[in-house]
Amino acid sequence: MTDVVMPQMGESIVEGTLTKWLKKAGEHVERDEPLFEISTDKVDTEIPSPAAGVLKEVLVEEGKTVAISTVVGRIEEGAGNGASAPAPAAAKQAPAAPPPAAAAPSASTPAPKAAESNAQPEPPVAEPPGQAASQPPAAAAQADGDSQTGALSPLVRKMAREYGIDLRQVKGTGGGGRITKQDLESYMSAQGARTMAQAGAPAPPQAAAPAAPAPAPPTASQTRPASPAPSAPMPRAEAPRARVEPMSTMRTKIAEHMILSKRTSAHVTTVHKTDMTKIAKMRERHKGEFQQRYGYSLTYLPFVIAAAVEAIRAYPIVNASIEGNNIIYQNEINIGIAVALENGLIVPVIRNADEKNVTGLQRAIVDLSTRARSRQLKPDEVQGGTFSITNFGSFGSVFATPIINQPQVAILGVGSVEKIPVVVDDAIAIRSVAYLALTFDHRLIDGSVADQYTGKVKSILENWSEEVL
Amino acid sequence: MREMHVCEFRDLGRAGYAEALAIQKDLVGQRKRGLIPDQLLIVEHPHVITLGRNGHRENLLASEEVLRRAGIEFHDSDRGGDITYHGPGQIVGYPIFDLREWKRDVVAYVRAVELVIIDALAEFGIQAGRLEGCTGVWVNGRKVAAIGVHISRWVTSHGFALNHKTDLKYFQYIVPCGITKPVTSMEELGSYAWRDDVVAALTRQFARHFQFDLLSRDREDAVSSLTETIS
Repeated sequence: MTDVVMPQMGESIVEGTLTKWLKKAGEHVERDEPLFEISTDKVDTEIPSPAAGVLKEVLVEEGKTVAISTVVGRIEEGAGNGASAPAPAAAKQAPAAPPPAAAAPSASTPAPKAAESNAQPEPPVAEPPGQAASQPPAAAAQADGDSQTGALSPLVRKMAREYGIDLRQVKGTGGGGRITKQDLESYMSAQGARTMAQAGAPAPPQAAAPAAPAPAPPTASQTRPASPAPSAPMPRAEAPRARVEPMSTMRTKIAEHMILSKRTSAHVTTVHKTDMTKIAKMRERHKGEFQQRYGYSLTYLPFVIAAAVEAIRAYPIVNASIEGNNIIYQNEINIGIAVALENGLIVPVIRNADEKNVTGLQRAIVDLSTRARSRQLKPDEVQGGTFSITNFGSFGSVFATPIINQPQVAILGVGSVEKIPVVVDDAIAIRSVAYLALTFDHRLIDGSVADQYTGKVKSILENWSEEVL
Repeated sequence: MREMHVCEFRDLGRAGYAEALAIQKDLVGQRKRGLIPDQLLIVEHPHVITLGRNGHRENLLASEEVLRRAGIEFHDSDRGGDITYHGPGQIVGYPIFDLREWKRDVVAYVRAVELVIIDALAEFGIQAGRLEGCTGVWVNGRKVAAIGVHISRWVTSHGFALNHKTDLKYFQYIVPCGITKPVTSMEELGSYAWRDDVVAALTRQFARHFQFDLLSRDREDAVSSLTETIS
């Protein structure tokens, strides 16, 4: 016989409620086949059978709460195993069950050992450390008398243990049939406080179990029953339509940073249409010479940075950050430039951008973005930004709503510069136009200030007069 | 490279109870066989009332006929816990975790799920906590998230239901979880967080408390709100 015990489903768990027997007394059960269910704290758990055989005795009824390690039932090993099994068990064995050649290893295992390890949901693995020590022998668990309904008060539990009372013999009169101290006292006075030794197995042994025991598994503990019948197929089960790939460190960082920012700031984006015709013309004029002189082309971006920096001087709050309830006005204007990488992005910083002219800014942009793409930036070159600019226009975007680069409070997005027909002095003209999108932290920057700032940037760009060369 | 304990994450969006259950069961089967890593399903159910295996039908306060007319499905379920309601505006999570890879402790698991939700709510300024003896997540004596779990071979299924913008009047049909205590929602508590942001917070907290790396799966049919928020 193998004892089936209430398993310990966690360190702090001292008892469990047996909610459902999945097999009836007399029924055959495979090793590892779900045998009963227990409930602990809103968790229902299926407990697999510790052995293959016939469920001989059901000692704990459904709905009862018992201490862990309490024997809740007994299984007569179905393998028959006439040679090594104790005589009485062999005698009771139905004749229809011929002993298969390979005996389940557990059949010859002494019962107490089986009780210790087998009722765990995952038999092959070792116990949680705490359990073996706290495990009382099966008999003691019985005498403990915990196999009783509902929650018992510690007092009742203690009394029952001290007086050796089998609580199943006591009629509970408390709420829900719960056994009270008074119940115990009246029971004891009726019984003369004599120890109840007889446990009284409720289930009569079913000798002629109809189900012939299945042959024991050929390999010891590895055999698990086939997993549950395949349920409704998942819609995507047929072919792998997705590929799983862990995020790169950079991607993880980007993800964290973006979420952090969204969570931190009250993002608002305002968009100003900006006439870039003057700058476009100047750029056209100097393009060739600039390329020749410096070895790289002149783009729109340094103009935008220069304008953004100049506008910051007028509205320094755009260059601030928030610490607790304080506003930190930065004395330096360090402009972060979002640089797209093959598989991510990085925001190197142009330090003291207010000290550079358009040529100097263009050089800094080329230098930082080149080294960003070849991953040669130094750590301090991506730190200390006080305001950021993202140039999604270079990818064809007209305008977007960028996410603030924390702990900054604003970011300027530059859309693509496109020639469009516009009305100038009641006449239709062709103009190079870009949308400037400022995302600002509404915690600190009011809409009117954001628009004044963006309007200032726009105005500087539209009225650009300084020659670059 | 450090060894990664991966959890795959899918947001199924709106899905019927039976449909989600089928997906869940399939994943549980695969998880038990070790074919897939831990899974986290997030779903939003249409109106449905489910009764746990050990639930009491008397906690259903309306006849099935009344429910039908109110457009509410009724399902028995093999999870722990009593009766509960799922519906639009509720964020339902089905973690399919093999607890052998975390902690073989079902109570610790439930406490950890509570903590995940408590910490996620804190991100939206909601101070939630536990209520001794009443599994779930509570705010000032009102339940904001229910928990009911099933475990087989240490693999978890079912999970939690967080009332995000749930129309709380649907709880009138039941005694939630058999406990006659009021329910609440994030919306009722004054949070106007988007579902995607709440889901992102939950996944983030799951990753933190269960110490795994989250992989979003199948963007096409289970769009990850996390990925969406980033892009």
